[in-house]
Amino acid sequence: MNYYLRRVILYTVTLWAAVSLNFLLPRLLPGDPAAIMLSKLERKGPVSETMANSINLLLGGKDSGSLWDQYIAYWGRLLRGDLGISLTIYPKPVIELIAQALPWTLILVGLATVISFILGIALGAWVGWKRGTWADSLVPFTTLLQSVPYFWLALLLTFVFSVSLGWLPVIGGYDVYTFDGPELSAGFIGSAMQHGLLPAITIVLSSFGGWLLGMRNMTVSTLAEDYVVTAEAKGLRPRRIFMTYAVRNAVMPSLTGFAISLGFVVSGSIVMEQVFSYPGIGKLMIQAVQNNDYALMQGVFLVITVTVLAANFLVDIFYGFIDPRARQHG
Amino acid sequence: MVNLNLETKSPQPPKTGTMLTSTGDETGATRESRMTRLLRYLKRSPKLVAGLILTLGIVAFGLIMPFFTQDPRYSGNPALQPPSAEHWLGTTALGYDVFAQLAHATRGSLVVGLLVAFIAVGLSVFFGVVAGYVGGFVDESLSLITSIMLVIPGLPLVIVLSSYIPGRSLFLVALVLGVTAWAGSAVVLRAQAQSLRTRDYVSAARVAGERPARVILVEILPNLLPLAAAQFLFAVIFAILGEAGLSYLGLGPTGSITWGTMLNEAQVGAALSQGALWWIIPPGLMIALLGCGLSLINFSIDEIINPKLRNIPAAQRSVRARSARAKRGV
Amino acid sequence: MTETQASSTVLEEKEGESESVITIRNMTIDYATETPVHAVKNVSFDLRRGEIFGLAGESGCGKTTLAYGVNRLLRPPASIEGGSVIFHDSSGLDIDVLNLSGEELRAFRWDKISMVFQGAMNSLNPVISVRSQLADVFKTHRPGMGREERQSRSEELLRQVGVDPSRLDAFPHQLSGGMRQRIMIAMALALNPQVMIMDEPTTALDVVVQRGILREIMKLREEFRFAVIFITHDLPLLLEISDRIAVMLRGEIVELNTADQIAENPQHEYTQRLLHAFPSLIGDRGSFIRTGLEEEGAS
Repeated sequence: MNYYLRRVILYTVTLWAAVSLNFLLPRLLPGDPAAIMLSKLERKGPVSETMANSINLLLGGKDSGSLWDQYIAYWGRLLRGDLGISLTIYPKPVIELIAQALPWTLILVGLATVISFILGIALGAWVGWKRGTWADSLVPFTTLLQSVPYFWLALLLTFVFSVSLGWLPVIGGYDVYTFDGPELSAGFIGSAMQHGLLPAITIVLSSFGGWLLGMRNMTVSTLAEDYVVTAEAKGLRPRRIFMTYAVRNAVMPSLTGFAISLGFVVSGSIVMEQVFSYPGIGKLMIQAVQNNDYALMQGVFLVITVTVLAANFLVDIFYGFIDPRARQHG
Repeated sequence: MVNLNLETKSPQPPKTGTMLTSTGDETGATRESRMTRLLRYLKRSPKLVAGLILTLGIVAFGLIMPFFTQDPRYSGNPALQPPSAEHWLGTTALGYDVFAQLAHATRGSLVVGLLVAFIAVGLSVFFGVVAGYVGGFVDESLSLITSIMLVIPGLPLVIVLSSYIPGRSLFLVALVLGVTAWAGSAVVLRAQAQSLRTRDYVSAARVAGERPARVILVEILPNLLPLAAAQFLFAVIFAILGEAGLSYLGLGPTGSITWGTMLNEAQVGAALSQGALWWIIPPGLMIALLGCGLSLINFSIDEIINPKLRNIPAAQRSVRARSARAKRGV
Repeated sequence: MTETQASSTVLEEKEGESESVITIRNMTIDYATETPVHAVKNVSFDLRRGEIFGLAGESGCGKTTLAYGVNRLLRPPASIEGGSVIFHDSSGLDIDVLNLSGEELRAFRWDKISMVFQGAMNSLNPVISVRSQLADVFKTHRPGMGREERQSRSEELLRQVGVDPSRLDAFPHQLSGGMRQRIMIAMALALNPQVMIMDEPTTALDVVVQRGILREIMKLREEFRFAVIFITHDLPLLLEISDRIAVMLRGEIVELNTADQIAENPQHEYTQRLLHAFPSLIGDRGSFIRTGLEEEGAS
């Protein structure tokens, strides 16, 4: 079967599984999230019947028909883009809140991940190439960095650069006193970048070590392969041997392992956003959890899953592009 | 992220692995020679020594120290005191002794780590080995489940699961983390099981009419031991990091003390803005050090499984050392 | 090749008539492992221009180490501890191979001595096409060559080894083991080297393919007159194709003679044993036994 088709099918099935999990979990687990959320909503104001129906459908409240009927209706709402009403910022639709928060996380985590990936791969290949020299001493250092919890590193960075030195802002995604909301101006973008610097550094510092170690090990293994010896015997220039013969082969497992690592980055970033009060999707999820805002939580989970799947698919396309074997066998 | 490269790691039988799995039924003489071999290996591998010291040190701290500290929930101490002779690591905003908390938290976090690792490795052995060995339709379906679990981001799912469950015990948190953490290792173990399946001695056992369960238990699993051990250590790191993140968000085990709950209390108690670094640094540092120690042990196991990683640098060092000796005229 | 000639490593103008292309004297190679291993001990021989020189011996006797040493491909823990390797270039210059370094060594490799390795499966880079792997050689050693010239030369090379030129666009995984080894040989021919080192070039292949490739090698050598160092554990095979044969045992050459002499009158007791280890080539079982033997370690 075609490589890309196989990947598309896998991601479609995964998406279906994620949606079904979202549907089943509040219904199967102990506790009655629908009732909890409805009672909280009532405290905020009158709950209309459509709103109650919507909550029941999302979270499996009482008297909502058979499980199958609920499932079909659930999908119907989802496909219409109806993710329910948020309790946290009542009565905003969940989808609106997500739309506001998503760009912040996408840009921050996306950029930081790309930087960290490239940095880790490049350094890892180099350390592997220079194995047996002082470059090896980078390994224990990155091991330590890699084991540091993101949010703890974020706390320390905040303490040093914001609380003690006062160089960078402590919290938020932009200067809320100067700007009413996101706008397209140089001043705003500058402010956003200033606020995003520490979060980005946190992500890069805590994640590039993993790429580095994986890439280093693969480079060392690849250098022992016959085709690298052949390249050497062919009298090729070291640069060519390094790039086309060693690195290009060594980078494959890093790409196939991208899914696992991306999971780490996304997980770490969610908690990290809490430290910086960054107005992204992670912060939104934490707010949802703290307020028992199950509708918002479901929506955020779904969006995170879709985003991660998309990122993985991009990497798969790239992988198929550089590995002829993948294109052929799938 | 430590084991990104395992997926394509050439499946070599662990030649040096035997010393890790030495059984008790050998004669004194061979045991002695194994001991000397082990010692020699340790001498050559400072990484392993450092990893063992870090890990065993932290484990010993968590096992023994709680018996000698004051009650970690005794709030009669003066609040927010910096480290002193009386309170080695100072006190928290509620007057808890940080050192006492740290000792008990070490125990709690280690318990979570071990529980999760057992659950995760158990599941990954099932999904990986059965899929890899049996092949066919079973493989297809188990692999699909693995792939799905691999790309669904872990921590968001854990957050969703945890927030539906009211009143989480330590065990429940471990269960949730374990159920979401096995997919990465399953992929690695499946690849290895697939390659073992085609080995002669396995084929021989199958042709001889051994039951699949027996072949898996007797022929396959022992050969997967070093790999599974690496995955186990990796799962411990993952679990402790995951639990810390979860607890930091307030979704940790209720009523237990772990490194994560300590950090959560520090966050709630605004430790950072009051400059109470003695409260924030110890738990995070313990996580980082334990992670570092376990990764170092993992590297050594990696080098056992994949000799390419080991031979080249060691040999280069010895060549260099020899020429250095030659220069000095030794 | 001009770079090596201009270098300081050029020893002397060749005096008089010498038929050797490589002179190896007292070559010693050690493996600096925990207990140091002398893989090659004090080996000396001459490789004559255009001859097929067989190097026979069992796994681990040091024959591959020796061949790698000649082309300076050894990696730690192996290191050359003594001796000399002089390459007598057809231009009349002598090159001291063991004193080449950096750019000189790089330019020397493949241009003067090319190699065909044992692992037919792994000596080609899996992620780039056959075309790029051939082009690599031309781009590095013949920078003046244009794209079309490279293309026509590559096609010619493939035809010479009996592979359809359309396979230039193929990737290694799309080719059979025999085809890959033919492409390796084409690559080794690319720069018209004076010496080709073949390390068990047919071991991993089945008998029919093996025969075909051997015939091809013989034919090409007739045509281009390069010398071959042919390494194998298969002494009867060497008897059939070589001019002279050296038998190696534990790092030393224990017997060196013409193929005829070795076949008819083996002096060393080890050579006699090697001859008896394989049934006669003409015998109908020999070729089957000869195939699946695996080399490993420092052979």
